[in-house]
Amino acid sequence: MIRADARILLEVRNLSARVAGIEILKGVSLTVRAGEVHAIMGPNGSGKSTFAKALVGHPAYEITSGAATFEGRNLFELAAEERARAGLFLGFQYPVEIPGVANAQFLRLAYNTIQAARGKDELDPLEFDDFVREKMQLLGMDPAFLDRSVNEGFSGGEKKRNEILQMALLEPKLAFLDETDSGLDIDALRVVANSVNRLITPDNAIVLVTHYQRLLNHILPDYVHVMDGGRIVKTGGKDLALELENRGYDWVAGEAAAA
Amino acid sequence: MSAVLQSLIEQPYRHGFVTDIEADTAPKGLSEDTIRFISRKKGEPEWLLEFRLKAYRHWLTMKEPTWPNVKYPRIDFQDIIYYSAPKPKAKLASMDEVDPELRRTFEKLGVPLHEQKALAGVAVDVIFDSVSVTTTYKKRLADAGVIFGSMSEAVRDHPDLVRKYLGTVVPPGDNFYAALNSAVFTDGSFCYIPKGVKCPMELSTYFRINTESSGQFERTLIVAEEGAYVSYLEGCTAPKFDTNQLHAAVVELVALDRAEIKYSTVQNWYAGDEEGRGGIYNFVTKRGLCRGAASKISWTQVETGSAITWKYPSCILQGEGSVGEFYSVALTNHKQQADTGTKMIHIGPNTRSRIISKGISAGGSNNSYRGLVQIGPKAENARNYSQCDSMLIGGASGANTFPYIRVQNQTAKVEHEATTSKIGEEQLFYFQSRGIDMEAAVSMIINGFVKDVFTQLPMEFAVEAGRLLGLKLEGSVG
Repeated sequence: MIRADARILLEVRNLSARVAGIEILKGVSLTVRAGEVHAIMGPNGSGKSTFAKALVGHPAYEITSGAATFEGRNLFELAAEERARAGLFLGFQYPVEIPGVANAQFLRLAYNTIQAARGKDELDPLEFDDFVREKMQLLGMDPAFLDRSVNEGFSGGEKKRNEILQMALLEPKLAFLDETDSGLDIDALRVVANSVNRLITPDNAIVLVTHYQRLLNHILPDYVHVMDGGRIVKTGGKDLALELENRGYDWVAGEAAAA
Repeated sequence: MSAVLQSLIEQPYRHGFVTDIEADTAPKGLSEDTIRFISRKKGEPEWLLEFRLKAYRHWLTMKEPTWPNVKYPRIDFQDIIYYSAPKPKAKLASMDEVDPELRRTFEKLGVPLHEQKALAGVAVDVIFDSVSVTTTYKKRLADAGVIFGSMSEAVRDHPDLVRKYLGTVVPPGDNFYAALNSAVFTDGSFCYIPKGVKCPMELSTYFRINTESSGQFERTLIVAEEGAYVSYLEGCTAPKFDTNQLHAAVVELVALDRAEIKYSTVQNWYAGDEEGRGGIYNFVTKRGLCRGAASKISWTQVETGSAITWKYPSCILQGEGSVGEFYSVALTNHKQQADTGTKMIHIGPNTRSRIISKGISAGGSNNSYRGLVQIGPKAENARNYSQCDSMLIGGASGANTFPYIRVQNQTAKVEHEATTSKIGEEQLFYFQSRGIDMEAAVSMIINGFVKDVFTQLPMEFAVEAGRLLGLKLEGSVG
């Protein structure tokens, strides 16, 4: 929902970043206000995932220039865990497996850490169990996933649900969801999208990073940005996504080059 | 690996102080005279002196083994002090009589030496350098018929028992370091649980090497008669010296029919500094004999210290239906080296064994699991399950697995599983992206990794072991 007077959550100015010495982002600017849903689309290798990872503080990404503030705070002065505590979240495209660490334990530690950072009450294992089961039910997740190691042996779709479960638990102010639709069949996509929609409030915002339009049938974006070659080359409303679906990405790139 | 993780795995050693206690010390070097000196100091019977001398003469014919996957300069056996005992040596009747300096040492170490702490249910035998200093809680154990105390006392008070079992599981000529130990062992613990008795409390020995260039050669013997049960805990620390110290202990366990011995170790000998200077050479022979039918011996070890750890707590499964278990966590950091594992020798029919080994290598350390599962021709329906997992932290450490399996009976079933994993940047970032700092992340991953072993430890030891892993890797394991 677009409201011109809504609070600015994220303000990115001319961000450039590289990974392993290669410049991937070449001056990206983006403003996200409370209540908004943004979609960043673009061909593979255009820099959309890099943009999300650089902002949440992945150590492999080196910021070479530009600025980013989150609720007025300089993001690049915060460690990755501090950004999470401040309210940033990344739903990973490929969530990593952590053998030996029970999902329930991990989820509770994450939940309590964020609660503590907000000055709110932490939950003991029993309280947390009730709490997390309720959230899992909404996502159609089997409670057996609590006892398994984090993401270990999960199917692609199960991993994605586990990501959205974490989003539901941690209630971030700004969530990047990186290719959340990949690996989901059409029913699972609907369940996950419904869960995300339920989490949208006037106080938070979501940035969807996606290659395909189909997720945007379920989660309606207020803005669609097209990234190419490490820059945002076009911004529009939700209709832009449909146009991209029909015409592909090449015409946008061509248009940008001509401009 | 990031700088934060580096600093987490470089926690300083906290037991590195030296206690200023006057010691009664033999001159450096090893000869028949040294052995006679030790034997005389301890007022030993003739048969024990003979036992020592025989072992020594055999040792002279043996060569230092070089097969383990560890590197160290040759040991000069003439440059070691073979006997060092804190003075005064007056017999102690209660805890209050212990040298206050020594007591403060053990307080610093957190050993539950006081009677009131012993009330928590742990009887403690403390070996300081070479000599057992005190045994708490003797009375309650005596009421149950349990004999627990120093090997020296046992030799004096229960010579027949000691003579009957000493060297029956690890013969004096078994291997180079066992032979050396048999020749020069200075003290150790002796424990005897009579028929049908369940030992009323956990028994515990605390070892500390204090004197520079002293070796520690303790000898532990535990005998559980028919249907008896005992849980035994062993902890070790040493001060920091730039020189290396040799620890060559022998532990023998004997379990008769339906007896069960559970032996747990938390080893935190000084590991040397970050460059590999100093530290203990921990060359130990530990073996249990399941002599009786349906007997059980279970080894649990948490090895975090020592410059070099080289040991294979083993089980000889002789009695029909006997069970051997080995649970191990071996953590190496900096320049530490470990070559450790177990041997499960199945002799009797229907014998079962289980091996769970978890190796963690950080820094520039090297960690090897080496294990033997042997099924003899008469071991009908023997079963073994082995699981050996390695975890690497950082890019400069190494992990190896050397499983040896010998099967001479077709009805046997032997399973072996092994994994290697790495605490990677992506895993740590996953935690961080959820607000969890790196220290807590490493702690949770390590705790998850060692869980199957830690659940085998008695409660208070599990806490101590968790704390130790924490000290070695970061600040908040536990």
